[in-house]
Amino acid sequence: MSKPASNLARGVESFGNWVDRRLPVSAFWKAHISEYYAPKNFNAMYYFGSLATLMLVLQIVTGIFLTMHYKPSAVEAFASVEYIMRDVEWGWLIRYMHSTGASFFFILVYLHMFRGLMYGSYKSPRELVWILGVFIYLALMAEAFLGYVLPWGQMSYWGAQVIISLFGAVPVVGDVLVEWIRGDFFVSDATLNRFFALHVIAVPLALLALVVLHLAALHEVGSNNPDGVEIKKNKDTQGRPLDGIPFHPYYTVKDVFGVGVFLTLFAFVIFYAPEFGGLFLEPDNFNPADPQVTPPHIVPVWYFTPYYAILRAVPDKLMGVILMGAAIMVLFALPWLDRSKVKSIRYKGLGSKILLAVFAVAFVRLGMLGMGTGTAVETIESRIWTFVYFAFFILMPFVTKYEKTKPEPERVTK
Amino acid sequence: MADQSSLASVEPVADKGRRMLLLAGTGAVGAVGAGFAAWPFVASWMPSARARVVGAPVEAYIGAMEPGQLVKVVWRGQTIGILRRTEEMVDNLSKINNQLRDPQSQVPEQQPSYAANEHRSIRPEFLVLNLHCTHLGCVPEFLPEVGAQPFEENWMGGFFCPCHKSKFDLAGRVYAGVPAPTNLIVPPYRFVDDEHVVIGVDPQGAA
Repeated sequence: MSKPASNLARGVESFGNWVDRRLPVSAFWKAHISEYYAPKNFNAMYYFGSLATLMLVLQIVTGIFLTMHYKPSAVEAFASVEYIMRDVEWGWLIRYMHSTGASFFFILVYLHMFRGLMYGSYKSPRELVWILGVFIYLALMAEAFLGYVLPWGQMSYWGAQVIISLFGAVPVVGDVLVEWIRGDFFVSDATLNRFFALHVIAVPLALLALVVLHLAALHEVGSNNPDGVEIKKNKDTQGRPLDGIPFHPYYTVKDVFGVGVFLTLFAFVIFYAPEFGGLFLEPDNFNPADPQVTPPHIVPVWYFTPYYAILRAVPDKLMGVILMGAAIMVLFALPWLDRSKVKSIRYKGLGSKILLAVFAVAFVRLGMLGMGTGTAVETIESRIWTFVYFAFFILMPFVTKYEKTKPEPERVTK
Repeated sequence: MADQSSLASVEPVADKGRRMLLLAGTGAVGAVGAGFAAWPFVASWMPSARARVVGAPVEAYIGAMEPGQLVKVVWRGQTIGILRRTEEMVDNLSKINNQLRDPQSQVPEQQPSYAANEHRSIRPEFLVLNLHCTHLGCVPEFLPEVGAQPFEENWMGGFFCPCHKSKFDLAGRVYAGVPAPTNLIVPPYRFVDDEHVVIGVDPQGAA
């Protein structure tokens, strides 16, 4: 085999060695790809992490190309987006990839987070993986909000107006804070210009850094799996986990299959329903921003509506903002709220299963209520589901501590 | 070998106290420097000189307004309403005080001191009001007629916000039990004469 090595192969090898003595490329490849051992029992819920990474790359690439035609000024922004949609070669495709991509990003991230909830992926030793993940989620929400303002349509404008004025609920400094964020006495050109800067530079940089940290923390402790069994407990004589398989080629191949399925779905929506019936791009946003005319019905895009429903459920502005913030911040505490001996929902008791199921229903239902017009009936129902949402976190320590769990197996199951 | 041992022998014993002092001193000076360096960047987000000029006071002509008419002007991007109230409108104000959160305008930030009264204005006839809802900034609808409304049976005329159903009376006073926390804001204004009002400055002599 090695005897008749061609000059070319020898050249490649010696170049590789030359690089490796100066930059640990193959060591990195081994540590994180070819000899990174992942549990062999991953199921379909384990596609969403790699797909979210793909989505991040797609958003960055399509975003870069959009900035080449977009004008971040109050006078030109709306028209420049229409210019991209109508006059720029393939501009409609790039723009729809980006705008539809935002919604798909959230679909993937919500499924990815739900996977974590199901299998206890936030529990020790993965607390930091989870916490960094929540930071990614926060950065993603900021990024999505900033991006939605850029087309400068009516919903862009009034969405920005509503969200920025939430900061006005802060006691004492609220008004100055709002002026500082807007850079003017109203949402204006100054606001749009800085939101553009934050959307294309500041937040994406933070997102990338957080994703690197998220993965670094994950690779330090190793992946969880549907059984919640630590594969590092059982190793062979060479120190490789018995229930682990190298990420490459096994999971690279699996993920490529997932990418194929995902891109098919993604392309279908981009081509046939890019606005998704007003859910991904709201009809009001096809009217240029007008500071003097408020649309009768201001709602955020679907991925924010669960929190919007919580905000609207509270009759007091400051309390509403606090409760909405708490609904997100409580995620940070999750690793310490779960007192169960086992990680996976497979071995937890009936109580945990009911809690998680009801929580999922509450989140979806709040999302639906957040899209409504806010009638009295909707408000009452929002209050009930808000209560259920928080009950999930408040009851978790007690349920997980006292419920009867099934014994966790020694090895992963098939 | 001899060199190494002699090197160790001449190395001074670490003075931990001195090291801490230097660390703390460097840290403190560095933090102050970082604070000063950060200030221009933080301050650059405040409204610029141009924005402040554009936000200068605006004058409105009110000489031709009919009783009951609402005129809208724009000041600092905000919709400012000037309402010439009829006598009936002014008289009706006190009838719904028990349904309001702050009928006597006691929350100080919501109006200049010269408008902190039941009719919330310098002259009872003219109401000058920032029409953006104090909940989340939408512009409420002007519904001046007395009579039942889907959202309020005992409607005495006022402003109704379509966004989140906040209700205000014809002095911009907020009803109790709606999302908006406070009365609509009365901007600073002054009458130049009986036909002109300037929005954005206090009356001469008033604070």
